[in-house]
Amino acid sequence: MQAFLDIFDIYLLEAVINGILLGGVLALLALGLNLIFGVIDVTWICYAELVMIGMYAMYFMVQYYGISYFIAAPFTILLVAILGALLHYLVIAPLLTAPPINQLLATGGVLFVLQSFATVAFGIDFRNLGIRLPVLAFGDMNFSYARLLSFVAALVGMVAVYLFMTRTFTGTAIRAISQDRQIMALMGVDTKRIYIITSALGGALAGLAACLLVLQYDVHPFVGLSFGPITFLICVLGGLGNFIGGFIAAFVFAEIISLGGLFSDLEWGYVLAFAFFIVMMFIRPAGLLARRR
Amino acid sequence: MLELRSVDAGYGSFQALFDVNLDVKAGEAVGVIGPNGAGKTTLMRVISGLIRPLRGSIRMERVDVVATPAHRIVSLGIAHVPENRRLFPRLSVDDNLKMGAFMKEARGKYAERLDIVFELFPRLKERRHQMAGTMSGGEQQMCAIGRALMSNPKLLLLDEPSAGLAPVVVQQVFQLVKRIRASGLTVLIVEQNVQQVLRVVDRAYLIEAGTIRSSGTSAEMLASDTVKEAYLGV
Repeated sequence: MQAFLDIFDIYLLEAVINGILLGGVLALLALGLNLIFGVIDVTWICYAELVMIGMYAMYFMVQYYGISYFIAAPFTILLVAILGALLHYLVIAPLLTAPPINQLLATGGVLFVLQSFATVAFGIDFRNLGIRLPVLAFGDMNFSYARLLSFVAALVGMVAVYLFMTRTFTGTAIRAISQDRQIMALMGVDTKRIYIITSALGGALAGLAACLLVLQYDVHPFVGLSFGPITFLICVLGGLGNFIGGFIAAFVFAEIISLGGLFSDLEWGYVLAFAFFIVMMFIRPAGLLARRR
Repeated sequence: MLELRSVDAGYGSFQALFDVNLDVKAGEAVGVIGPNGAGKTTLMRVISGLIRPLRGSIRMERVDVVATPAHRIVSLGIAHVPENRRLFPRLSVDDNLKMGAFMKEARGKYAERLDIVFELFPRLKERRHQMAGTMSGGEQQMCAIGRALMSNPKLLLLDEPSAGLAPVVVQQVFQLVKRIRASGLTVLIVEQNVQQVLRVVDRAYLIEAGTIRSSGTSAEMLASDTVKEAYLGV
């Protein structure tokens, strides 16, 4: 009996730590989506598909052209940042004053365009980098090196965004713009430019997430479906546009998935997480850290 | 310095200003008085580019303001303290002031301007890390004026700086306007508080129903029968 408990504790600890590692990447995804929603007040339904394009970019650069992973990563981040800016310029900007449903439909349309484009261009094969990173043994616990690397890189990415948002003039303007859009011109701020910069930043975060996810998952045109919905749930649970709420919600979800997976299959972890979300929506419909009105 | 000629302005199909001519010379303090809904705020908004005139010309030191993109007008030296202050409530005082120095020309002098603003408003320095929305009305007005001064303007537009403030605080605000004037800044101030404002400015315009009814020096305005009857209650 004692021996059983010892093993159980080790597995529990392993699951908790894996949950934290997963939470880092989920928090990174949620930050990008929250940034766009908080600043521009639109939801990029196609956010996970930008990540998918980034994963393909990594795949082709690393696997096809033999570029080193660490050189390919900055290019991927740049590419998806440009895609984010283009998405804003071509799709969002003309619809900024349109009803929210039109914006949702438009970005939803982009989701299908990107999925179909990937299917036509790359086929439906599952592809991976072919990089198999070692597993780190720590006592009796095993942690994948890919997850550790992803966690650290996600944290670094989030800290970089935090510093940009708090230390620079542009970052301060990004935080200010949602509080009073009309008077930004009096500050000498060109709101159109701030929107483009924010969209590029959101894209860059999706690009970084792509670089990290491609280490752990195969790429295929529909890979966005496996983490797009969960990213939306995290953002809604944290309160759409609330960066800190999204950060906390990411770790709550990750732990539920990881611990739920411990007691049963990983799929049950997701079932638990979604059930938790539904219950929470009844209790706190505006999110965990909803601003009191 | 500032020159408005035959300016018409409005919102949609509603016209709020009719054929407005107005001048502000360098170093002057000019008041605009008039009843609620006379177009005073619209006048300020059309100068700072928040709305665009339907007709007429606006020039700041001979530069065509109408042809300047809205976000570049502050670079011409026009800083607008809007009605109701319009601070960023969930940003700290520091960040609000930082926004005032956003334009490229002001960024380099950020630290210098911050010292000047904190010297003028020591209270803001004490509260620099506080969220702007949690401060008292008077402190918020200081922050709004401080934010405008961060851009190192030549012309300060003040829209109802005394609105919604306690009488003691109103006194302080007018004291402040005097100090800002003394520092050599040109001021255009819109007020309903006619008696008070006429003590601070050199000249004033009376605006009613979107039209300039009369203008003159403060003494002339104080002595004028129209102003006396309608606004001073004598």
